[in-house]
Amino acid sequence: MEAYDVVIIGGGPAGLAAAVAAKEHGIQKILILERDRELGGILNQCIHNGFGLHTFKEELTGPEYALRYIKKVQELDIEYRLNTMVADISPERVITALNREDGLLEIKAEAVILAMGCRERSRGALNIPGYRPAGIFSAGTAQRLVNMEGYLPGRKVVILGSGDIGLIMARRMTLEGAKVKAVAELMPYSGGLRRNIVQCLEDYGIPLKLSHTVVDIKGRERVEGVTLAKVDERGKPIPGTEEEYACDTLLLSVGLIPENEISGKMGVELNPVTSGPVVNESLETNIPGVFACGNVLHVHDLVDFVSQEAAAAGRFAADFIRNKKSFQENQEREEIRDSHEIRIISDGGVRYTIPSFIRPEYMEESLTIRFRVGRVYRDCYVCVYFDEKLVIRKKRLYAAPGEMEELILKKAQLMEYPALKQITIKIQEA
Amino acid sequence: MYDVIIIGAGVTGTACARELSRYEAKICVLEKEEDVCCGTSKANSAIVHAGYDAAEGSLKAKLNVRGNLMMEELSEKLDFPFKRNGSLVICLHKEDFSKLETLYERGRKNGVKGLQILYREQVKEMEPNITDEVYAALYAPSAGIVCPFAMNLAFAENAVVNGAEFRFDTEVQNIRKTSQGWEIETSKGVFLTKTVINAAGVYADRFHNMVGEKKLCITPRRGSYCLLDKSAGTHVNRTVFSLPGKYGKGILVTPTVHGNLLLGPTAEDIENKEGTNTSAQELEQVIQKAGMNVKNLPLRQVITSFAGLRAHEEGDDFVIGESEDAPGFVDCAGIESPGLTAAPAVGEMVSGILKKRLNLKEKDAFISERKGILNPAALDKEEYRELLKKQPAYGNIICRCEMVSEGEILDAIHRPLGARSLDGVKRRTRAGMGRCQSGFCSPKTMEILARELGKDMAEITKCGKNSQIILGINKDTF
Repeated sequence: MEAYDVVIIGGGPAGLAAAVAAKEHGIQKILILERDRELGGILNQCIHNGFGLHTFKEELTGPEYALRYIKKVQELDIEYRLNTMVADISPERVITALNREDGLLEIKAEAVILAMGCRERSRGALNIPGYRPAGIFSAGTAQRLVNMEGYLPGRKVVILGSGDIGLIMARRMTLEGAKVKAVAELMPYSGGLRRNIVQCLEDYGIPLKLSHTVVDIKGRERVEGVTLAKVDERGKPIPGTEEEYACDTLLLSVGLIPENEISGKMGVELNPVTSGPVVNESLETNIPGVFACGNVLHVHDLVDFVSQEAAAAGRFAADFIRNKKSFQENQEREEIRDSHEIRIISDGGVRYTIPSFIRPEYMEESLTIRFRVGRVYRDCYVCVYFDEKLVIRKKRLYAAPGEMEELILKKAQLMEYPALKQITIKIQEA
Repeated sequence: MYDVIIIGAGVTGTACARELSRYEAKICVLEKEEDVCCGTSKANSAIVHAGYDAAEGSLKAKLNVRGNLMMEELSEKLDFPFKRNGSLVICLHKEDFSKLETLYERGRKNGVKGLQILYREQVKEMEPNITDEVYAALYAPSAGIVCPFAMNLAFAENAVVNGAEFRFDTEVQNIRKTSQGWEIETSKGVFLTKTVINAAGVYADRFHNMVGEKKLCITPRRGSYCLLDKSAGTHVNRTVFSLPGKYGKGILVTPTVHGNLLLGPTAEDIENKEGTNTSAQELEQVIQKAGMNVKNLPLRQVITSFAGLRAHEEGDDFVIGESEDAPGFVDCAGIESPGLTAAPAVGEMVSGILKKRLNLKEKDAFISERKGILNPAALDKEEYRELLKKQPAYGNIICRCEMVSEGEILDAIHRPLGARSLDGVKRRTRAGMGRCQSGFCSPKTMEILARELGKDMAEITKCGKNSQIILGINKDTF
């Protein structure tokens, strides 16, 4: 059986950044397993710009952003295998994978970093009624066909869902010669970044129909039309508001789901809100030595934050291996550090936080807490309570479910509260 | 001149084709769609019924019980997935208990073995997720679940290997009696045959009424379903029925043979014989009624919904046999539930009729077995390793949700009656049938189809005819 210090499942932005960080923190034997034919993951089909503003202070396309990391991986001599599908990971961190060249692979890893990304929610998951013809695509599938293969999946298009991929695809389809008739959004607000609404819809005169959904799909062989209807505050279609749109294509951008089937099978505890693993401050799951980062942990809006989070996972995995080795070498002297746990509670408008708990002794100097709010807020405060005590109160002019929030906790600050049991994060309206 | 022309390549038509291919006979199956298993056979509950539902003495009862008995051996010989998981009919109220007893009695008279009436505690012990309100249940250990696609394909492939012909995209338009038999006019020309089997599902009345005086009337009875992810597949282990009502067996909750959970069907009589669209009301009904018998259904795990049409005949029984005024024209009409279960028995019965009429002789070299597409998950580690060494395409995973490799897809394309569309690949291999519903694998599967069939990507369809997936290339209108 092959053996590595760190095996990273997935060679997209998360996997690449995690690998680079682990290597830079002194880990030698690292392997990236990638299922597609090249490194870079979904970035390879994101040929629009706007990537890297935080990381590189410049605007890159998806493939350019990926290439910066791919080059680092190559410079650092990090091993990777392409077209390799991981079938299974045992709780003892033995990875079973397969590809054309090696057949069945079994690899023992000291630490595993889960970086498999996410998948798109399908039409079926929404129970959209109607026929099931050709011409219904998830926005990402259409993006792959258009941007990587040069095929136009449709000419007259309606898009359901105003998540970022839906918005980006409205513009892309228009630029490639299709007519995008409307973007419908179930919620009374868009799930996408504001800049994308402006640059992808408004600039092209594409109507955004908030509080609308698809109530029927027509056409037995190829889509011939869809019916949109207005929805009430519970998201139920209002009879009498139906509008017919003749079209040959329906694109769906209705949410992303972290792909944790392998994690679940190996016994990783999952958070029902994010569909991603429950992790501590080290981005470590309930299985020691198994870390998670990027969209497999929770769905991000910006790749820059994926890279930051993944780099942290890479560092923590490196620490894990170093601690383990020094523990084995100096078994008598090494004391297991007291791991007192502080739970982070999401309350009052906060849907979830990453991480879910903190062991202060294991913290780096500062820790970024990432979270999402449950609805649109204007002029609100993000409040952090240490047990009952309000310690941080930060004003936000605007907060929305489509834009991930973050706040920084300092280790020094936590150390002042040795008996701290829980941290509560909530939104307070002004 | 053919000896037998079969209209319809669904499970009934192909079961007949397979049975008749035992004999020295020139057989042709005409199908209006691009593949086998495109109508009622592809969208149903995938249940092998025990046989307590149908009225004593009916063809439905007789052929159900016979089909159920045949299923085990057939699934081994023809290599399709079948599991005898047992079924429960749930009685929620003491007042309805007599209905359960009626079913029990009817089942015994129909020849169903092993029926048992269980009370709350026993039911809950067997299936903890059955509602706490359950009063009693009828347990039928002989009920099972089957892969309807695989069964239909197995019949068809085995028939082909034994000499039967299949013509796809061939729609029957008219049927005329001739002195020697029948003249069948289709969208692809005229076919002459001594005998006809009418296995046209919801269209069987149309063809019957072209030749017979005593008219049939088939109403498409739509049934909508929701399919849940494999993570929900063990929510119940047996098939859970409601007490039957006027429109049939009600909404069931069942594991599928591949480990998903299936809820449905509704029963809605419609006019459109192609009306396989779902409606919001029907899907809501599925979810609401499924929840009456089974608690805590993980509805967030729904991965798709679909509808199928039952071919309901007014007489409420299968209509099988030669019409009095049309000798040599054999109907298989009104084949609604338990049609899937009964299919092998229907095949047997119909081939018996035609054997007599045509005086058919058995072939010396009938091939009774067929191997399905290799399922690597069924191999042990060493066998799997060997396979990957010899055939590296099995190491190239195309569908990540169902773990389907290029090797399996190549097999699906190149075997007899091979797949020519995305749905064809899906029914044969399960690629695209998982939780992402082909989002990731469809571009790759299209590429393989185009390469192997020597076609352009733009010619690849979802399900034949005008179901092209891509409509052009970027900027082609500028």
